[in-house]
Order: sequence, then C-alpha cells, then structure tokens
Amino acid sequence: MKPLKFRRKTLALVLLAGMSATASAQMMINGAGATFPYPIYSKWFDEYAKVDPSVRFNYQSIGSGGGQKQILAQTVDFGASDGPMSDENLAKAPGKLLHIPTVAGADVVAYNLPGNPALKFDADTIAGIFLGQIKKWNDPKITTLNPGVSLPDQEIVVVHRSDGSGTTYIWTDYLSKISPEWKSKVGTNTSVNWPTGIGGKGNEGVAGQIKQTPGALGYVELIYAVQNKMPYAEVKNAAGEFVKPNIQSVTAALATADIPEDFRFSITNAPGKDAYPICGATWLLVYEQQKDATKGKKLVEFLKWAVKDGEKMARDLQYAPLPENLQERVLKRIHEIKI
Amino acid sequence: MAPPSRFGDKAFEWLTLAMAMAVVLLVILIGWQLWRGSSLAVQKFGFHFLTTSTWDPVTEQFGALPFIYGTLVSSFIALLIAVPLSVATAVYLTELAPLWIRQPIVSLIEMLAAIPSVILGLWGIFVMIPWLRDYPFPLLKRFFGWTPFFSGPIYGTSMLAGGIIIAIMILPIITSVSREILRSVPNLQREAAYALGATRWEVTRIAVLSYARKGLFGAVILGLGRALGETMAVTMVIGNTPQIAASLFKPGYTLASVIANEFTEATTDIYLQALFEIGLVLFGVTILVNLIAQLLLKTLTTTSTTRAVQ
Repeated sequence: MKPLKFRRKTLALVLLAGMSATASAQMMINGAGATFPYPIYSKWFDEYAKVDPSVRFNYQSIGSGGGQKQILAQTVDFGASDGPMSDENLAKAPGKLLHIPTVAGADVVAYNLPGNPALKFDADTIAGIFLGQIKKWNDPKITTLNPGVSLPDQEIVVVHRSDGSGTTYIWTDYLSKISPEWKSKVGTNTSVNWPTGIGGKGNEGVAGQIKQTPGALGYVELIYAVQNKMPYAEVKNAAGEFVKPNIQSVTAALATADIPEDFRFSITNAPGKDAYPICGATWLLVYEQQKDATKGKKLVEFLKWAVKDGEKMARDLQYAPLPENLQERVLKRIHEIKI
Repeated sequence: MAPPSRFGDKAFEWLTLAMAMAVVLLVILIGWQLWRGSSLAVQKFGFHFLTTSTWDPVTEQFGALPFIYGTLVSSFIALLIAVPLSVATAVYLTELAPLWIRQPIVSLIEMLAAIPSVILGLWGIFVMIPWLRDYPFPLLKRFFGWTPFFSGPIYGTSMLAGGIIIAIMILPIITSVSREILRSVPNLQREAAYALGATRWEVTRIAVLSYARKGLFGAVILGLGRALGETMAVTMVIGNTPQIAASLFKPGYTLASVIANEFTEATTDIYLQALFEIGLVLFGVTILVNLIAQLLLKTLTTTSTTRAVQ
C-alpha cells in the first residue's frame, strides 16, 4: 500500500503546484511565429519572469507565415517573423503594424570536400553554383579564388532547404541582390523554385545531407555550422573583402546597412568593410495602437527591456545583437506604441 | 424472470450507428474543409493544377503533377519491396517457424512499428543513405544501368531511397495483419491438403495463401494507405525536388512532404490555398487508389472463383 499512498501524495503535490502556477499567472501575453529566434526569445521570457513576475509569455514557434497570419487575425498579442511583411500583407492589417528588429543571424556556405580545405567564394561563384552553371569543383571560377587549394574534378552536389524558412529567405535575398539572373529567374522567398540541387528538411537535414555527400555544398545557419563543427567558407563582400561569418561580421552588416524608417530592411550585401554579406534580422510584429491598455503597457515594458538588457544575452546563444545606433532607433519606435 | 429488454439492443444499435456515422462525417468534414480552404486556388489554376509541373512560390505558379507522380511512384516502390517481405514473414511465422522463435520475431516487428517517423528519417540520412549510395545503388547501376530507371548520377537521396524508407514503415502493419489473416485460415484446410498428399509448399500455396487471398489484399491496401500519407521520414530522404524523372536515383517529392515543408512559412493567400489544394489532391488520390484496389480485389476474387468452379 505504501507506494500507492506515496503516489497519491505526489499527485496532490503536482496538482497543487499546477494550480499555484496558474493562480500566479495574472497576465498571459501570447505570441507566435518565427522558429529561428525561438531559443533567444524563450531565454528572454524566462529572464523577464524574474524582472516582472506578474507577466507570463506564451510563444508558439509555428513559423513566420503563421506568425504573420496570427497577428493579422489579432489572435496573438505579438507576432514574429524572419522576413519583413509584404506591402500586400500589411494592407490587410486592421491597424498600423510595427516591425521591431531583435537579433540577426547569418547563412554560411558549408561544404564537404576531401580534407575540408578552407575555401573562399564570391558573389558570382555562389550564384553560378546555385543557378546550376558552375557544375564542377575544379571550375576555373572556384580555383582562381582559391589558389593553392587542389580542387577535385568532381560534381558539386547543391543542397538547399526544402522547408520554407527564414534561412532560405536570407539566402535568396542575397542571390537576388548580387545576380540579376537569379532575380529574374528565381527571386526571393522563404521557399523558391530551385534551378538545381536536392532539398533537405531543416538545418539538420541540409547539414546531414552535406556531411553525408562527398562534393556537397549548401547553406545553413551560422549557429548550426558552429555547433556541428562544419567547415564553412569566407565570402567576398560588397567592399571586396573576404569575410568570415561570425557575430562581429553580422553586427557589422547591421551597422552599415541602409535601414529605412519602417525597419523593413534587408542587410544582405551590406556595404561595410567588415560586414559579412549573407545575413538577416528577425522581427517582432506589434500593433502601434494596443487594444488592451494593461496588456499593452506590459508588452511595451518587455520590449524596452529586451532591447536594453535582452540584447546582451544574444552573443551567448550565437545571435548577433543590434548595434547601438539601431538599438536607439528601435527604442524610439517602441516609445511610439500607443496604449 | 422479466423478458429481456429490447431497449438495450436498440441503444447499442444506435450507439454503434452514431459512431460509424461520426467516422463518415469526419471524412466528409475533412474533404469539405480542404475544398473550402483551396477554393481560390481551384478557381485560379483549375484543371492545370493537376497537369502542370511548375511549383514557384515567388511567381505564384503552382502545379501538382510532380508531387502526384512522386507519391504514387514512392508508394509503388514501397509496396513492391514490402509486400513480398511481409507476406513471406507472415507465412514463415504462421506455417513454418518453430514455436519458440515466433514470439520474439513478432515483438521485434511490432517494435519496428513503434519507431517514430522522424527518428527513422534521421537514421535514413545518416545510415541508410550512405550505405545505399556506396553498395546497393552502384550494383543496381552496374546491372540495370541500361534501363532508364537506374541511370544517371547517384547521390543517395532519391526516389528509390524514399520508397525504401516507406517500405520499412509499412512492413510491420502488413506483416501483422497478414499474420492474423493466415492464422484465421481453418486448420481443416491444411489437413485436407495434406491428406491429398500435398507438399508443404503446396499446402501453403493452395490451401493457405489462396484461401486468405482476399484478407492479404486487405492488408496490402492498409499498407498502401499509410504509404501514400507517409511524410516525415520520406521528406528527409527523398531529396524534395519537384521533378518527374524516369531514373529512381533522381530526387523526387511527395504531396505529403510539400505540405509539411512549406505550410509553416507560406505567407500569401494563394500559396496557402495551393498547399490546401495539395491536401485535397492527396485526399482524392488516396480515395481513388483505394477504389481501384477494391475493384481489383473484386475482379480478382470473382475470376478465381469461376476458375475454381470450372
């Protein structure tokens, strides 16, 4: 009988704990959207619970498409998206929607070659490979960029994301900027009609595919390549410098890119000398006019905290924080939210 | 003693009727919802949706043909591999295997069914694909490379790999159901055949398999239903490229995979509607394939009975 009694007690305890948790959650702020920033957002929500215990956050990382749809339908208090909203979608909003950039990340060119030599690429080469025009590793375009590296007479197996993703958005946004041919033939989106290559699902799918296929080349998020110790290339930026992707070079891109007033910006191919060219930000989406005054106030307080204090946690999680000048601009925007 | 109440019987009848109707209603509701969700796309693309091959979210041109092709071909490959394996396993387990070995094998097969799809997919990427690429695929190419089905470069990730992973996933269900069906073949059947001097193989073929044919066909249809809708594991090994290629070494794409891949990030209305329409098409393909299978079953059983009578 003893174990049964014990079980009952634990059950009672668990129930009590559950009840007390719901009792203390006086306010629940709901959000939904992008998966890419999910790790840092959940860290923020956790930390913010210590700052203001009266607020709880419920964030569903259902994807940017879902985030945009839900904030438009006003079923959540904030949305999150890896790409800025289109004019078409913004026009559907019942009120003015603000874009609040939070952190940024990079796409790296990862590959699998015997001995995994350090490689360099430029815009033309990357576009040529992804358009299916550069087919072999020993193509002169690649060899001239990499003197001293012996590249095999092997087919390049292009790997891309098959699932719609912010990573693909950044990648295709970059290719559209640097290659007119890509822009007219393929374009920019979270998923596109790929001219060549095989599709892997998720970062793990693409990384797996690259690791398993000799001669493969593809793009994955910087964090993913770092954590999996995959070799990735330096890329020539708009200023003509070869830059290694890392948090500094992403922040450099943020700092030098031209950022419009509505924050619907793209930081690919940024002009800075130290800027890595293939990176992008992620945004929170909130209404300028908040419907619920108390909730709106709490949300604004959280946003201010996120930009001031939350940004400091970005580096540990391999995200690039916003540079100071942009932080100030974002704070100003948050002040404009009407409660 | 009071006469037994009729009410209980009636209530039971109503209850089961309600349950059965609920299932029918659910299917109709799903169909209706898919239809409603895709009405814009249906209007915009019309019949072309089924006959064109371009899938371009940027220009919003959507055609489902490569996905329909991929779903049918990968399921067909899966059946081609899984059916002989499963039926043979079931025959071995019911007719031939010593008793002590039966239970362990059955348990193992059931365990195979319990492996989550995503785990199987990861295993597919990291273990199955490299192995297929290095050993069986080059062999296939060497002996059958002259046919269009096994030509072209080998990446590992391919329609064939997709079919193989589906085969692994539908093996347990076809095997379990087949085993139950073979077990339900009356022993009299076997004994009668033995009495006529039949060998073991003849008993299995004539008395058991032929008797259980209809049931085995049902098992295959159950497996096929699962094969058509299999998503996660297939997505990870099939290469996700919407193309129609004769070579099974080339990557492909299935209806279920494209929904799983693109639904979360679809931001424009027509894109979302096109994905809904893919769901509708999958719904239709599944119903159609099942209908064809039922018809096939009917003709098969009627012709063989007439033959038997003659």
